[in-house]
Amino acid sequence: MKELLIGNAALARGIYEAGCSVISSYPGTPSTEITEEFAKYADVYCEWAPNEKVAMETAFGASLRGKRSACCMKHVGLNVAADPLFTMSYTGVNAGMIICVADDPGMHSSQNEQDSRHYAVAAKVPMLEPSDSQEALDFAKIAYEISEQFDTPVFIKMCTRVAHSQSIVEKGERTEVTKEYVKNPKKYIMAPANAIARHPFVEERTARLTEYAETSPLNRVEQGTGECDFGIITSSTSYEYVKEVFGNSVSVLKLGMINPLPVKLIQDFAARVGKVYVIEELDPVIETHCKTIGVNVIGKEKFSMLGEFSQKTIAKAFGLPEKETVCLDTAVPVRPPMMCAGCPHRGMYYVLAKNKITVLGDIGCYTLGSMPPLNALDMTLCMGASVSGLHGYNKAGGAETENKTVCVIGDSTFMHSGVTGLINIAYNQSNSTVIVLDNSITGMTGHQQNPTTGYNIKGDPAGKVDLESLCHSVGIRSVRVVDPYNLEECERVVKEELAKDEPSVIISRRPCVLLKYVKPKKPLHVNPDKCRGCKKCMKFGCPAISFRDKHAVVDATLCIGCGVCAGLCPFGAFESEGE
Amino acid sequence: MATKNIMIVGVGGQGSLLASKLLGRLLVDEGFDVKVSEVHGMSQRGGSVVTYVRFGDKVYSPVIEEGEADFIVSFEKIEAARYITDLRKDGTVIVNTQQIDPMPVIIGNQTYPSEVLEEMKAKGVHVDDIDALSLASEAGSAKACNIVLMGRLAKYFDIPYEKWEAAIEKCVKPNFVEINKKAFALGYHH
Ligand SMILES: Cc1ncc(C[n+]2csc(CCOP(=O)(O)OP(=O)(O)O)c2C)c(N)n1
Ligand code: SF4
Ligand code: SF4
Repeated sequence: MKELLIGNAALARGIYEAGCSVISSYPGTPSTEITEEFAKYADVYCEWAPNEKVAMETAFGASLRGKRSACCMKHVGLNVAADPLFTMSYTGVNAGMIICVADDPGMHSSQNEQDSRHYAVAAKVPMLEPSDSQEALDFAKIAYEISEQFDTPVFIKMCTRVAHSQSIVEKGERTEVTKEYVKNPKKYIMAPANAIARHPFVEERTARLTEYAETSPLNRVEQGTGECDFGIITSSTSYEYVKEVFGNSVSVLKLGMINPLPVKLIQDFAARVGKVYVIEELDPVIETHCKTIGVNVIGKEKFSMLGEFSQKTIAKAFGLPEKETVCLDTAVPVRPPMMCAGCPHRGMYYVLAKNKITVLGDIGCYTLGSMPPLNALDMTLCMGASVSGLHGYNKAGGAETENKTVCVIGDSTFMHSGVTGLINIAYNQSNSTVIVLDNSITGMTGHQQNPTTGYNIKGDPAGKVDLESLCHSVGIRSVRVVDPYNLEECERVVKEELAKDEPSVIISRRPCVLLKYVKPKKPLHVNPDKCRGCKKCMKFGCPAISFRDKHAVVDATLCIGCGVCAGLCPFGAFESEGE
Repeated sequence: MATKNIMIVGVGGQGSLLASKLLGRLLVDEGFDVKVSEVHGMSQRGGSVVTYVRFGDKVYSPVIEEGEADFIVSFEKIEAARYITDLRKDGTVIVNTQQIDPMPVIIGNQTYPSEVLEEMKAKGVHVDDIDALSLASEAGSAKACNIVLMGRLAKYFDIPYEKWEAAIEKCVKPNFVEINKKAFALGYHH
């Protein structure tokens, strides 16, 4: 049956049909749905790991044991998993293993725009790059074949537009694959002597893979009808834009395998078409290869290294006429994302902003506390950096910073890579105050379970990390728990812990309001007779409160009745129903 | 058939994913090639969101660009204006007249441009405005705004009414089918 699937769901289907039985991943937009979709199949094992390195090593272990496996992550997750990656290139695999990595050109939901293809080149690991959902499904199966035939993990590289676009897919059947585990220290123990012996294998494998790339159906030439006096080399979603603009009029070399790239195929194509354009998003990876093998191409001088492309990018670069549009004179105010009405993070931020505390931040829904009106953050870098960064900030600042600086980090992010920073604070003793914003879920990426929530990816009861005991056991004596809806308590405890002459952790605990078990209360409303229009409540930044005709008003469709705003109003104007 | 382009725009959390799911289901059942490009992640937290739905004999690009949209279906008043440059010269805007203040308006840095639909009309844009929130509430749930707007959109297509209803049945949880069919009917007949 024909079905519309997003690229990530189609990829999950392909992984399933290929007989994969273990997936371990860490969530990250735009990769998350691959694992979530795979978790829906009954006869396979699927988990959220605490971070990408753990996920990749888990998938490696499963492959070693003889089961096809996979791990999935966003582009920056690959930085975290880079350590196992580079040496897995040497060990190779037993049963096939694939690494799904999703780039985010245009940074819809990311802190940078790095190009994962460099990792494939640097680690000498093959990489396939589908351009729509059907290819995502098909390429997964081919990737497992390559993995076992060439004894290597294989990348499948997605990007936001392929990962989150639905296109038509035809499904197939699952085949089971199992390999035997045979002890083989020379292959699997990468100590120097063995690794030295193994490196030539890696180089020779790349040579064989290049041969494979010359004739593999993953790379194909689409002969144009001859109206254009040039040819285009492209891949991924750029291929779709090229076809949208030129249809069949131009000759296209569509690359489905991005590493290693073919040599002769490209040289022959160039010889046939004459002038060649390379159209690829982000960095000039294909272009650089072409130039290295002596093929003169036009690439980044015409097509940007920034952001996403579209049919318009291409039409414009080739000087094709622009479409007619309608323009308005009115400027439309921007609508940035923000924390939900009733979000538990907001209370803690309000207190920190009110007391003008320097806040080193981290990555999650709570990064949105950097937006007006709270403007509560001073820094965000990468997952975990708030805690280690605070330690360095306080070592450099000493008494000048220790009593007016904190860091904030979410529960999932703390498990991912915050705890190692906390160990450093406890070990090397900086007088730092760490605030864990524990909303009992991985919110930003769409509500995944994590080691602190007590549930696994299927929603079944699982092990649960006790945050208080964890902090105590690494050597933090002062660990306090507060309710972020209780602003007075938050303010008092933050002041007390900042004043202390020792490291401390404050756990700000209340579940995310979008969780099913959190039942919203009746919305509040503003009594216009009591509201004097002082706008004190507007400093809180709850999206349910706005200002109309000199009075605050509450949008009853958004308000979840948390009641925090009522405490901010000096005139008691916020009332709950029945009052 | 040349590719047709529908944009669904609104505020993160308003249910645009269900609307695009419904359209996708319907159009595949009608035998078209279809591509739908969605937004997941960050912008779903109350930010401005846009979904592209494209269908025809063969669809390549998953996105809609300036001057290409045949329809913009907007879940909120000023979101229609934000994406207006994507509309074709003779395209149609279907817009829910609901006002949701973005943060710069809430904190008083900017004002909400309430007259923006009038400006569109003055510029010759075909604007079909509808109070979808009231109609959804009438159907039994404020959340069914998205389906009210799909009902309105359906008026512009030659696809039989029953086919739309069948697609609703396939996309919505059984408990909510009746409310959504009612919401669809209110949007269609209003
Ligand atoms: C290395 C890396 N992996 C994954 C992500 C994607 N990501 C962004 S925030 C986040 C987790 C947020 O969860 P939590 O810390 O619990 O905060 P919440 O969003 O719930 O407030 C993830 C997984 C990332 N930015 N970097
Ligand atoms: S999803 Fe949860 S944690 Fe994220 S902003 Fe909304 S309430 Fe806060
Ligand atoms: S009670 Fe107040 S702060 Fe809480 S969600 Fe409603 S309007 Fe926002």
